[in-house]
Amino acid sequence: MAHDLGFWTLQALNALQLSMLLFLLSIGLTVIFGLMHFVNLAHGSLYALGAYFAASLAAVGGYWMGFFLAPVAVAGVGVLLYSGLIKRMRKSGPMAQVLVTFGLIFAMLDLTRIFWGDLALGIEVPALLDGRLAFLGVEYPTYRLFIIALGLAIFAALAFVLARTQIGAMIRAGVDNDAMAACLGINVERLFFMVFCFGCALAGLAGAVAAPLLSVTPDMGLQILIPTLIVIVIGGLGSLKGAVSGSLIYGFVQTFGAVLAPQLASVLIYALLAAVLVIKPVGLFPAKG
Amino acid sequence: MKRATLAALGLATSFAMPAAAEDIKVGLLLPFSGVYAALGNEIEAGFNLALEQFGDETDATFEIIREDTEVKPPVALGKAKKLILQDDVDVIAGIVSSGVLGAVRDMVHGAGVPLIVANAGNDEATGADCSPFITRMSFSNSQVNRPMGTWMHEQGIGKVYTLAPDYAAGHQMIDAFTASFTAAGGEVVGQEFTPFQKTQDFGPYLAQAKASGADAVYVFYAGGEAISFVKQYDSFGLKAELPLYGSGFLTSPLYVNAEGPAAEGVITALHYVPTIDSTANAVFADAFTAANGRVPSEFAVQGYDAARALIEATKTGASDRASLANALRNVKFEGPRGTLSIDPATNNVIQPIYVYETVAGEDTLTQKVLAQLPAEADPVNGCEMAPVSN
Repeated sequence: MAHDLGFWTLQALNALQLSMLLFLLSIGLTVIFGLMHFVNLAHGSLYALGAYFAASLAAVGGYWMGFFLAPVAVAGVGVLLYSGLIKRMRKSGPMAQVLVTFGLIFAMLDLTRIFWGDLALGIEVPALLDGRLAFLGVEYPTYRLFIIALGLAIFAALAFVLARTQIGAMIRAGVDNDAMAACLGINVERLFFMVFCFGCALAGLAGAVAAPLLSVTPDMGLQILIPTLIVIVIGGLGSLKGAVSGSLIYGFVQTFGAVLAPQLASVLIYALLAAVLVIKPVGLFPAKG
Repeated sequence: MKRATLAALGLATSFAMPAAAEDIKVGLLLPFSGVYAALGNEIEAGFNLALEQFGDETDATFEIIREDTEVKPPVALGKAKKLILQDDVDVIAGIVSSGVLGAVRDMVHGAGVPLIVANAGNDEATGADCSPFITRMSFSNSQVNRPMGTWMHEQGIGKVYTLAPDYAAGHQMIDAFTASFTAAGGEVVGQEFTPFQKTQDFGPYLAQAKASGADAVYVFYAGGEAISFVKQYDSFGLKAELPLYGSGFLTSPLYVNAEGPAAEGVITALHYVPTIDSTANAVFADAFTAANGRVPSEFAVQGYDAARALIEATKTGASDRASLANALRNVKFEGPRGTLSIDPATNNVIQPIYVYETVAGEDTLTQKVLAQLPAEADPVNGCEMAPVSN
């Protein structure tokens, strides 16, 4: 099949849009893991929760209320999770953590079903971002461009905070060697708490942003979990660079796989994952060398 | 206690009639959790409504034992065994997923327990795997899509691009459409099957459909995937230049409101829409809306007609497993969907198919029926129907 340049531009934008959505999710998960050595499989559930909060808030006060308040609400859930569960589980080893947070997925899934029901919800794209923009010879939905821009903005902000500010230096020190960082007078535990809540808020934001694009269903958190884990395994744990490169690789492989080799679309990314694990088991850009 | 009450009720209703009341144990095997929980609840609501509306027509009384399949074939098989062996039910109704139907098929066939299928549309269940004990009151995957191929070609559409999730139902729906569309003289210029329940972004496929040179797109998606698909199709602005057609589950009343204005103008075909203009449908739709606060979907009517078929069967005096199985194969009645009967060759329901367009109503989306396509029996597909024997 011969395609013109516009077709490939369109697909590149599709890939970029998917990457940015995954980036919002994986950055929280990967920094929590890198900093706290804590495997939080329930991260996907927080994403689903973000979407549900956004849907409920949007019904009351419009899209933007959901967009701004859903991450705050999800961060609130993060505070509860941290003080109720995660603080206690910190020293109990990865196996127990995986089991507890895996169980948490199903508990949260049933909670969303009880509160919001089984029927899928949907929210409308806000009027400001409705419609399409024409550029580079293609017409692309404005809302998808908004997701790309949002992802890039958050990437830039995080890169700035991590590289140029004191708090960023503290986080990097904590990821690198938390015992040493504590000796230098950094309150590592408080830092963990802040990073955890921020990671939760980003998951909530991803949910709120994805809600108008996809459907809001109880199992959306489970569906996004595997792609997110693939992103952080390919990219390497704990680093911003890893999360963004992993997301881009996933987005482009998935999109162009679907176009060029549709029969292999669902296998391709797993093959790549296996290859990365064989060749570079720590991922492409791990936080620690 | 519950049985006693029901028996008393039965006595009360049979007072006027000389026949003795029969208590029939019904196992309702539906998903009440898992991805199809919404469908399970919808079917149960329809089922109970029919018992309420038509329960008086028969001497029999019904004791319902509900079990949750969790949409997991091994779980469902365990629950079916429990219903058959422990609860000793006379008849089982329900089954949403075709995978679950495949898992319980040999069990109900071997035990000789009649099963009224209230959703699962796998063609094989009333084809090569048919059983005299399995009667389907819902639809078969190809039955819903086959008439649409011919109809779309009649509307002057020559080239179509198709999309569906990559699993058995997706292939059966699209294959049935493709067969009738090409037989009518149409051309399928491209066909893609997306990874089932793993595809969140349909963007890549939509760009391909756009580049394919087709006049229209024909798809099958259901549930969450349908919502994402319809919204994304609209956001790319494809609806104007490349009209969207499909199997009616795409814009089911159960989730069309989550799709919002994106669903306007989508034309699909299904065995039921809530706006069918008939008395039987008005009675059903009004009662369902009053009880549940939403218009009934095709799933609700399937539950409703499953219970209705059971009541019709008991009216012939059938009360045990073998006689119920025989009676179920012969039911024929006028329901919300029109005239329903059972094809003796396959035990699949024969019903009209409605082509409808989703349009903006007063405050929600509604369905405008464009055409009623005549009822047709499915091809036998290798079904060798043995007579019921116990």
